[in-house]
This record gives sequence, C-alpha cells and structure tokens, in this order.
Amino acid sequence: MTLIELNMLMPEIILLSMASLILIIDAFLPDDLRDLTYQLSQGTLIGVGLVIFSTYPQQTELALHGMFVTDPMGATLKLFIVGIVFFTFLYSRSYLKERNFFKGEYFTLGLFATLGMLIMVSAHNMLVIYLGLELLSLSLYAMVAMHRDSQSATEAAMKYFVLGAIASGILLYGMSMLYGMTGTLDLNELSQSLSTLDEYHTALVFGLVFIVVGLAFKLGAVPFHMWVPDVYQGSPTSVTLFISSAPKLAAFAMVMRLLVDGMGHLHSDWQDMLILLSILSMAIGNIVAISQTNIKRMLAYSTISHVGFLLLGILTADKAGYAASMFYVVSYALMTLGGFGMILLLSRAGFEAENISDYKGLNERNSWFAFIMLILMLSMMGVPPMLGFWAKFSVVMQLINSGMLWLAIVAVLFAVIGAFYYLRIIWMMYFEKPEETAPIEDTMDMRVAVSANGLLVLGLGLMPHTLMTICLSAFSLV
Amino acid sequence: MQNIYLTIVFAPLVGAVIAGLFGVGRRVAHTVTIAGVGISFALSAYAFYKLVFAGGEVFNETLYTWAVAGNVKLEVGFLVDSLTALMMVVVTFVSWMVHFYTIGYMRDDPGYQRFFSYISLFTFSMLMLVMSNNFLQLFFGWEAVGLVSYLLIGFWFTRETAIYANLKAFLVNRVGDFGFLLGIAAILMFFDSLNYTEVFAQVDVHKDTTMQIISGYDWSVMTVICILLFIGAMGKSAQVPLHVWLPDSMEGPTPISALIHAATMVTAGIFMVARMSPLFELSEVALSFVLVIGAITALFMGFLGLVQNDIKRVVAYSTLSQLGYMTVALGASAYAAGIFHLMTHAFFKALLFLGAGSVIIAMHHEQDMRKMGGLWKYMPITYITALIGSLALIGFPGFAGFFSKDAIIEAVHHADRAGATFAYYAVLFGVFITALYSFRMFFLVFHGKERMDEHTRSHLHEPSAVVTWPLIMLAIPSVFIGGLTIEALLYGEYFQNAIFVTPEHNFFNPADYHGVWGFVVHALGQPPVWLAGAGFGTAYYLYMSNTELPGRIKDKLEWLHGILVDKYGFDRFNEWFFAGGSRGIGSFLWQQGDAKIIDGGLVNGSAKTVNWFSGVIRHMQTGLLYHYAFSMILGLALLLGIFVLW
Amino acid sequence: MPTLNEFLMLGAILFCLSIAGIFLNRKNLIILLMCIELMLLAVNMNFIAFSYFSGDIAGQVFVFFILTVAAAEAAIGLAILVVLFRNRATINVDDLDSMKG
Repeated sequence: MTLIELNMLMPEIILLSMASLILIIDAFLPDDLRDLTYQLSQGTLIGVGLVIFSTYPQQTELALHGMFVTDPMGATLKLFIVGIVFFTFLYSRSYLKERNFFKGEYFTLGLFATLGMLIMVSAHNMLVIYLGLELLSLSLYAMVAMHRDSQSATEAAMKYFVLGAIASGILLYGMSMLYGMTGTLDLNELSQSLSTLDEYHTALVFGLVFIVVGLAFKLGAVPFHMWVPDVYQGSPTSVTLFISSAPKLAAFAMVMRLLVDGMGHLHSDWQDMLILLSILSMAIGNIVAISQTNIKRMLAYSTISHVGFLLLGILTADKAGYAASMFYVVSYALMTLGGFGMILLLSRAGFEAENISDYKGLNERNSWFAFIMLILMLSMMGVPPMLGFWAKFSVVMQLINSGMLWLAIVAVLFAVIGAFYYLRIIWMMYFEKPEETAPIEDTMDMRVAVSANGLLVLGLGLMPHTLMTICLSAFSLV
Repeated sequence: MQNIYLTIVFAPLVGAVIAGLFGVGRRVAHTVTIAGVGISFALSAYAFYKLVFAGGEVFNETLYTWAVAGNVKLEVGFLVDSLTALMMVVVTFVSWMVHFYTIGYMRDDPGYQRFFSYISLFTFSMLMLVMSNNFLQLFFGWEAVGLVSYLLIGFWFTRETAIYANLKAFLVNRVGDFGFLLGIAAILMFFDSLNYTEVFAQVDVHKDTTMQIISGYDWSVMTVICILLFIGAMGKSAQVPLHVWLPDSMEGPTPISALIHAATMVTAGIFMVARMSPLFELSEVALSFVLVIGAITALFMGFLGLVQNDIKRVVAYSTLSQLGYMTVALGASAYAAGIFHLMTHAFFKALLFLGAGSVIIAMHHEQDMRKMGGLWKYMPITYITALIGSLALIGFPGFAGFFSKDAIIEAVHHADRAGATFAYYAVLFGVFITALYSFRMFFLVFHGKERMDEHTRSHLHEPSAVVTWPLIMLAIPSVFIGGLTIEALLYGEYFQNAIFVTPEHNFFNPADYHGVWGFVVHALGQPPVWLAGAGFGTAYYLYMSNTELPGRIKDKLEWLHGILVDKYGFDRFNEWFFAGGSRGIGSFLWQQGDAKIIDGGLVNGSAKTVNWFSGVIRHMQTGLLYHYAFSMILGLALLLGIFVLW
Repeated sequence: MPTLNEFLMLGAILFCLSIAGIFLNRKNLIILLMCIELMLLAVNMNFIAFSYFSGDIAGQVFVFFILTVAAAEAAIGLAILVVLFRNRATINVDDLDSMKG
C-alpha cells in the first residue's frame, strides 16, 4: 500500500480507529460521564468530515488494486453522510437522555454504521460492497433492538434482521452469478467483460435481477418495502431517524457503483426493472400513507414514495439524471431528518409524539415549530419554493429530457395524490384544537438544530443552484 | 418603477407575516395588514395612473433568476401592462375594503389575527399571479391563492360542513390544476420557454404543429395547450362541471366569500385566458369549447339561484352564472369585454356579498331568507347599497353591470363560431333569470312580512361604520365604473398591447361607438334590457304582490324544483359515485370484522375514495414475517419472469 | 466429478429450499435463522463452483468472508431472538404481528 493510497483511505481509517477507541473508552466510563462518548463521537465526525473535505478528489482514483475508489460523487456523498449523522446524533441526545437510554452503544454502533456507509460509497469491488453493506446492516439491526424492553422494537429488529438477511442472500446470489459469468469481482473488469458477453445476455440478466432486488430492498422500493413501515414504527425514534436518513445516501451510492459503474452495459435491462419498481413505489407509498395514523409509519410510506422518485433519475441512465437523483436523495435526507427531528422534539419521557393526532393544534402550542413543520411538510409535498419541489422538478425534467414523458406524467400524478397526507398534518397543526397541552420540553441545541434544519430546507429551496451545482459537479457536469 | 412594484407585492406579505407569525394583538394585526394593503392599493393606483394617463412604459423584466435547468429558466419577474394594472387596482381596492369590513364582521372571532394574516397573504398571492411575466410564477400564484382559499373555507374548522366543503374544493381544484400543469408542460415542451413574451413571440411557428396523443389522430398543438390551460381555468373559475366547490365554499366567513370566491380569485381563470389570448386566438376549437362551457354555466347555474334559501348561496350561484358570462366573452374572442365584466362584477359582487354579510350580522348569523323580510326600515344603508348592487348585477341601464353584460351579449350575438348561437340564447335568457333571482332575494330579505323571531327583531340595527363604510365605497364604482371606462376598455386602445385579437374576430369597432348615451339608447332597443325588466317584474309579482304563487308553482312543478334543489345531481352523483361506492364496500368489509381500519380511515376525514383504496392496500401489510418474505420472493419471481423468461 | 452445471443446480436447489423454508415455516423463528444460513451456503456453493471451474481464487476468498459475516449475523440474530423471547415469551413467527397496515 502506498502512502497516497493510505491518504485516500484516511477518512475510513480515522473513523475505524476512533470508533474502536470510543468503544473501549465507553466501556470504562461511569454513567454520569456518558456525555464524553457523545462529544468524542461528534468530534470524530467533524474530524472525518474535515479530512474528506481536505482530500476532496478532482477525478476518479483507485486504490488497493481497484477495490477502493475515490471520486467527486463519492466524496460529496460521504460529506453529506457524515454531516447528516452528526445532526442525527445531535437530535438523539436529549431523546435518549430523557428515556434513561443514553448508552454509548447508540453512538458507537452509529459510528460503525457510518463506517459501513463510507465503505459502501467507496467500494469498487463486489466483495467490498458486500462487506460495507453488512457492516451497516448489522449495526442497524443492533441499533433497532437496542431498546431491549420494548416489544415493538424487538419485533421490528427481528423483522428487519430476517428480511435484511434474505435480501443479502439474494444480492450475494446475484453477485455469484455475475462472478461466474465474468470471472471477476472488480467493477471495472466486470463492466469491461460484460460488453464481450452479449451471447450470454439471458444469464447476465438473471444475475442482474437478483442484484436489483438486493438494492431495491436496501432502498425500500416496492415490493421489497415491507420492512420499512414496521421498522420505522417499531424502532426508537432516534434510531428511525438514523435509518431513514444517511443509509439512503449510501444505498444510492451502492446503486450507482453496481448498476452504473459495474453494469452500465446492461442499462437497457435495469432501466425497465427500475421503471417498474419506481411506479409501484410511488403508487403504494403515496396511497397507503393516506390511511396511516402513526406519523412514523406515515413517513415510512412517504419514504417509499420518495424512493420511487429517486429511482426516476437513475433510470434515465445518463449523467444529468444521476445528478438529479443525487439532488433528490440529499434533499430527501435533509427533509426526513427534519421530520423525525420534529418528532423527537415534541416527544418527552413517557410520551412519544407518534400519532398524527399529536400534531393537532401545534400552531397554538408553539407557532414557530408549527411553521418549521409546515416548511418540511410542504417540502416533502413538493411545493415551490421548498427544496423538495426542486428535487421533484429536476428528476421530472430529466425524465422529459430523456423522452419518458408518460412516466413524468405518472410521477406528477402520484405527487399530487401524495400531497394529501402531508396536507392533513398541516391541517391538524393549524386547524384543530390541541389534545396535548403539556409544554414542549426540549433543549436549546435541539431547538436551534431543528430550526436550522427547517430553514435550510427553505433556504436551499430559494437558492437551489447551490446544491444543484454540487450535485452536477459530482458528475463533472459543470 | 421596479421598487414600486416590489412594494406593491410585498407590503401585504409583510402585513401577513407580522399578523400571523408574531402573535400580535388584534389591533396591531388589523392595523399592519390594512396599512400593507393600503400601501399596495395606493401604489397600484399610482402605477395605473403612470401607465395609462402619464404615458408610462409597459414594465416587463425578470427580477430574479431562480434556477436554470437546461435551457429552461425559472424566474421571478413582473409584467405590468394595462391588463395587469387594471387587475392590480381592482384586487387591492376590493381587498382593502374587505379588510376594513372584516374588523366589524369578525369582531368576536377567536381567530381574528389569523384571519387578517390569511387575507393579506391572499392579496400577496393574487398580486403575484396577476403580475407574473412567466408561467412558473403564474402557477405559483395560482396554487398559493388556492391554498389560502382552502385555509379560509375551512376557517371555521369546527363545523363538519366546513371541512367537507374544504375537501371538496381541494379535490376539484386538483383536477383543474392537473390540466393546467399539463398545459404548462406542453408549452415548455413546444416553446422551450416559460416566459410569456418568448412564448407569444413563437406562436406563429407552432400555429399548425400537430401532435399525436393517441397514435393515429393528429391534434393541433394549440388546441391541446389551450384546452388544457382552460381546464385549469375551469377549476379555479368554477365552470361546469368543476363548479361544485364554489357554492360549498360559502361555509367560509363572508368577507372571504366576497374577496376570494366572488371578486378576485375565481376570476383568475378569466384573467389567465385573457392573458393567453395570443394562444387562444389560434385555436377555433378551443374557443368554441370555452364558449359552450361558459354558456352552460351562465344559464344553468342561474336557474339554481332561483331555489336557494340561503342568502349567501343565492349570491354564490349568481357568481357562478356571472363567471359563465365572462367565459362566454372569452370564447367569443371578446377578451376585453370579459375583463370589463370581471372588473364591474368585482365591485358589485363584493358589494352584494358584503351586504349579505351585513344582513347576516344583523340577523345574528341567520342565513335563511325565509326567516328575514322587511329589513329595509332597520338597516337603510345596507338596503340602499344592496339595491344598487342588485341593479348593477341585473344590468339596469346606466349601472356598471349594464355596460359590461350588454357588451358581452352583443359580442356573442355577432360571433361566428361553433356554439355561438346556443351561447347567445343562453346568455340572453340568463339575463331574465339573473333579474328574477336577484330581486327574489332582494324582496325576500328587505321587503314583505317580517318573518324573524321577536328576539332578533328587537336587536335589528345597522352594523357599525367599519361595515357600512366599505359598502358605500363599493357602491360608488358599482354605479359609475361601467359608464366611465367602457369607451377606453372596449372601443379604445387600452388593451392594445395586452390582449391580442385577430382582426376578423374583433367585434368592438371604435367607429360603432357613439358615446355612453349612444350605447344606452341603442341598448334600450335590444332584448336584454327588456328581459331584465321582465325578470324584475316577475320577481315583484311573485314575491311582493302575489306571494302565494311561488309555493303553488313549486307544488305544480315539484319535479323541476327537485332537480334544481338537487343542483342537477352533480353533488349527488359525486356523493353516490365516489363516497357512496366506497362506503358500500367499506361497510361490506366492516362486516368482515375490520371496522377499525376502514372506520379509522374514513372518520379521519380524508378523501373517501383514495382512503378506501389505501385502506384496502394496507391490508397487504399483514405484519407477518413470512408474508413479507413472500412479497420479496414474489417480486423476485416477477422480475425474473418479466425480464429473463419473457 | 460433477460438472459446473450440476453444482449450480445444487446451489439453486439449496437456495429454493431455504426460500421455501422461510415462508412455509410459520412456527419457529430459529428455523427461519437456519434457512437464512442455508441461503448463504447456497451462495457459497455457487462461488466455490465458479471459482474452481474458472481457476480464479477470488470466489473462494469471497466465501470466507461470507462465512465470517454469517457468523456475526447469526450472533446478532440470536441476540435479537433472546431479547424477543424475554419480551414476549414466545418465538412463534405467527405472533410477530403487532405492527401492520
């Protein structure tokens, strides 16, 4: 390993060492010093973020015999992942404290999961992708089950674990087929040899289907979405927040690496598969969300519909489409962070603000947070000038540009249906009498963070070119 | 000028934000919003003066480029020409009056500040809509006014009916918006731009372009675009069959009915079509479509006004019918006449609504006309102003509505287009109906026996000055505005740069115009005036001299009355088709032991159909692990089946 | 010596068996975990067969990693199972349906 390669791996190395170190330190910390774990974790994330930023690559570079790749897209995604995990920890702290649940595991497992995500982003070999994915998944299973006395959390963990393991198995089966056909695990070699194997097209597509299924599970696309609502609902909200935000960025990266970098040659095949998944996701996600009464579950279905939109950009199979999808996934992560952050903010010991009816009359209880929630809901709905509008707008534009007007119309139609359940929350906040009248207990950092989150969604919506430029330059389109 | 325009738009927004978000007191709330809209009105009037009288230039500039996606620019910009300037003055003036009026009307309401915040927000949105110079901003304003409208229809959200009305308005408007959005998308696709000027500059290029929606059939692109855009207008301007939301929107407080559901927002569709006149002029088919829809609305919604007993609903149906007149004008290529009627209508309809509101206040929020009567001696100002409003509405010679309505009828009479004959007779007969229902209401409310209970009677009095003063202020233009502006608007060059009419479609020839008196004298020899007179006479006979007769007619023509009360069954159809169907299946499933989900879903007051569907689909999520796994395997098998085997 | 095709058939059969086990078994979560293990073994069979017949070592390396991860996975799965049992006093798959819809 050369020094340059070491440098490229630096963020992951630092994160790994620090996570291990924090794990050890935490084991010896008395409970009243637990804040140290939190502070160390946050410090680590900041440090890793700075390192990623300072080693931001200008072009694609490979390391470790092509197993590891750094490129602008990867680095940008990593920065967002680290930033979002930072916010997640910030939101979670007081939630965990109020429930006597402020354990080091949350943060150490979170750091390992982050490591898994970074590896997924930079993996350039099917084996490494698999390892990154498993590191992420195993940490997440444990995080979901962390609330040991909660029936729903353990049930969610079991479901997540079993289905996740099946999905890994399917993904691996697909990888084994591709390995068998091409004789390599490396994505570059894979993509080269695929172009020479046109006579084995059927067998390749056979393997491809399994891979697409594995990816669709990770993203939560219909019909591989069944775990999403249950896990979102059952997990402690801070864990739901974690699962719903950053791993989607990593899953996006995994899709890009496997389908685009590795199997770009088969794009006409996976394009059709993604169209199917995307329409199903938008339909099921938006329609089922309407009849939900639990807001975490509703946001889970909303996530499913967002995944449908996210796939729209990827399936155009051109760089501008990928950029649009990346824009979408980043916006989604920011919005969902805010949404679950709001649930955390309104919850307190013994009361989870989980039911949609808990949002009744929020405007009377606290008009500022109602306003922030309004921004977030409008953004998820896709109303200009919020960020979510631009996200939907850019993928739909890319669809039209690549001549899939009908799909664009379908997408807009489902977006319109989807507006309804977000509106219901807005309705509850502004027009219903509050059922819950206890004052909102929160900490200052939480208030500031949630407000900043909401205003960011509004601000980026007013100046969408900032984020758009970042996404376009990640695919060297600017 | 740029700063002036910015101030015009943002002054109401600032007012709305202060009143809505900062938790201020009542006095502060109404002061800031009234000041904001007042500034806006004053500057609009100034801009109008500059543009029209002082020879100012048309302002058309992009102020802020929001984002560039490919070669499409998303921008914020203003186009202020004579059409816009007129709309600005009307919108801000009526809004300002309504602000004052609200102080009195909402005096005891706990949501006072919120209400002021909403109506100021509405004013902002409406100004954004009319001042836009591109389709994106138009759509933004379009959605924003819609949003505020839902907020306000549901303002009294504790009433079950208000929530239902709100939901209905939302769903119906989604249908319209979908068409509108598709229309904008089509424009983007063919013109590659969203800016009005750029689009209009290219219309000749696409004059004869065709597209295939269903393969094998060529459609003129212009026709498709115009009809799609008009579907949007049908939703917002409540044209048949997307009209069902407007009468129900009367569940909102009366100032809102006056401002949003009579004077301004519902005319957005009319404004939009007039603004798009260079596009519409190229499609004979689309114009015929517009004409026929408008004629149906104008006539058949007027009939419904005859059988309503709720004072606000009568005015609501009259609004529907008048919107139909405006639409007819658009369809006859008489855009200027449509806008002219829009303006006069804004004044006298706002006046009528506020008058109705004044009556409602005096009657302690009783809206049933059968419990009124003889109010004229208790509330003289309301009485006189309502009389003025009614005369303007029926087109009494010399009043504002007379000029505009007569111009429309004349234009349709001379239009040479499929459906024009039908439209002509529809609007002509509509004049009789208008006079009949207007004076039916007038006589029932202000004359005849006093049918209210003793307690209400003893408290009857004219409401305070904040209520009566706007009535007077609106009564003045309701009388004079028509005669004052007809020459400039219809026969002059006022709209020369704003509205495009191909010469062979243009009916209003300056040479035919011989002054206001000439117009009046000419009209006296035409059927509309006599029909209006006949309507008035019939109303007088039925509701003043022979008051037994209406009941007898009703009994004789029970079937007809039934149809009208049923509003031609539109609502019943919707109820039966959408709600009933889902309820039927719902109760079936309920017996299967799933009361909780269906019930929980329906009771939550969401759109019943989609909700039902949603409730069914969510059954697939059984909670059982092996079903989840099965779904994954099924998905895998499906993908394998489609992509590998097939 | 069996041919590559026969190995692949074996892998596919194992894979199908594990899938069948997952949704036919409605009683015991432990059997579910075993099925998952079987699924990974089916994949391993594939990898080894391919690796052997193409003379490329990477497939076998992959198998080692899969085995290792599977061990970790089993550990976490069993841990979750224990917690679940403590909460509910059952490991019946049919009882895991408190969240649905």
